[in-house]
Amino acid sequence: MWSLFHKLGSPPWLYAISGAILRWLLPITLIALAVGLVWGLLFTPADFRQGNSYRIIYIHVPAAVVALAGYYIMAVAGAVNLIWRMKMADVAMKAAAPIGAAFTFLALFTGAVWGKPTWGAWWVWDARVTSMLILLFLYLGVMALYEAFDNKEAAGKACAVLSLVGMVNIPIIYKSVDWWYSLHQPASIKLTGESTIDSSMLYPLLLMIMVFYALFTCCLLLNMRAELLQRESRTQWVKRLAAEEGVV
Amino acid sequence: MNAPGTWQFCVRLLHRQLLLAVRRPIEISNPLVFFAMVVALFPLGLGPALDNLSGFAPGVLWIIALLSNLLTSDAVFRSDFEDGSLEQLLLSPQPLYLSVLAYIGAHWLMTGVLLAMVSPVFGLMLNLPAQALGTLVASLLLGTAVLSLLGGIGAALTVGLKRGGMLISLLILPLYMPVLIFGSAAVQGAVSGIPAEPYLAILGAMLCLAIALAPLAMAAGLRISIDA
Repeated sequence: MWSLFHKLGSPPWLYAISGAILRWLLPITLIALAVGLVWGLLFTPADFRQGNSYRIIYIHVPAAVVALAGYYIMAVAGAVNLIWRMKMADVAMKAAAPIGAAFTFLALFTGAVWGKPTWGAWWVWDARVTSMLILLFLYLGVMALYEAFDNKEAAGKACAVLSLVGMVNIPIIYKSVDWWYSLHQPASIKLTGESTIDSSMLYPLLLMIMVFYALFTCCLLLNMRAELLQRESRTQWVKRLAAEEGVV
Repeated sequence: MNAPGTWQFCVRLLHRQLLLAVRRPIEISNPLVFFAMVVALFPLGLGPALDNLSGFAPGVLWIIALLSNLLTSDAVFRSDFEDGSLEQLLLSPQPLYLSVLAYIGAHWLMTGVLLAMVSPVFGLMLNLPAQALGTLVASLLLGTAVLSLLGGIGAALTVGLKRGGMLISLLILPLYMPVLIFGSAAVQGAVSGIPAEPYLAILGAMLCLAIALAPLAMAAGLRISIDA
């Protein structure tokens, strides 16, 4: 346990292990993504009210789920950095922010595309749409704050504090906009009790949600590796790696 | 010389902040003048029809209060950071948690409370029905305290940065949104005859939560900014 804790603080070890994970996770994710997309977009029945337009759910819902989870991953990584001063947690936090923002944007964009045929407008000031927009703002705030600091260690800690403040606020924001105005349908998938979605549509959706989690992990690891190389560019192990790859 | 007790220290700190503010009256009046000017923008932009204005008034007044709070938040710690007294405060044995509350208390008294006191005048200018004026003042009193606490977090995180102004709005505007929702809903409710107390109660609950948690984030933010 403790040895893992110490190893996690070592950039070369993290670089090597993330490379090993990506070597099998990335192909599996891409294959599963292709399977899920083909299954969801071609082989599921059309919705009796929304016709084929509902099929964007296979991108919209997973992106939204992962965008929200990504914020918690970022905030927890920030907290680990603040409490145990783990540099690698800071790398993870910095790497998570733009990916989370991208997933949030994807959820908003697909939502707009879906909203046009079903609600009749590209953008509706509905509670959940608004809270996703605020989530995007929170991500952008963290990214902007990181860039504003010259001292990157302080940047990491400041962003950690900000993302923790945001984490306390997300349920409040979510509840308050919910109270404010709601047009969006309630969640169809419930962990307990009957889901209000047919199993022929549910299984590809669950697959896509898992695929998006895996995709987030892949992006996070790739981004972390790039960040590691950049931060450690003056160290021996990076120079050796560059020499092996024939870059230098 | 005896070190002052914690309570005494906070009162002195609050007193010092208020004294500093009173000696520069222009900085106290700036948010109020800003408030008045932006109020004047809305009839120019939306048209002077009184019926329209009274519909928009609760939201408009709340948004302006929020913006003037935002614009003054940046300066809460800045001058003390620049002359080094903030560093002394961090080194002192007094709990930073309570010291930042004194800073925020002074900020709230100088912006939020004053804004709430003058807001009925602007409410009448925007044709807000008279029965909603009391709720407007009450919601602004509670709400601006939450805004000052949240703004203090942004100020603490950006105090060491040269260009904090624009950044601080990016950081804390998303956090302001729940306060805006319930603040303007309370006034809207009072206009249409719905009891506003539940909304005010929620604002009060937000204030309790913010008083408990925001000083932690501010203290952490100040330590990070001083270290950087």
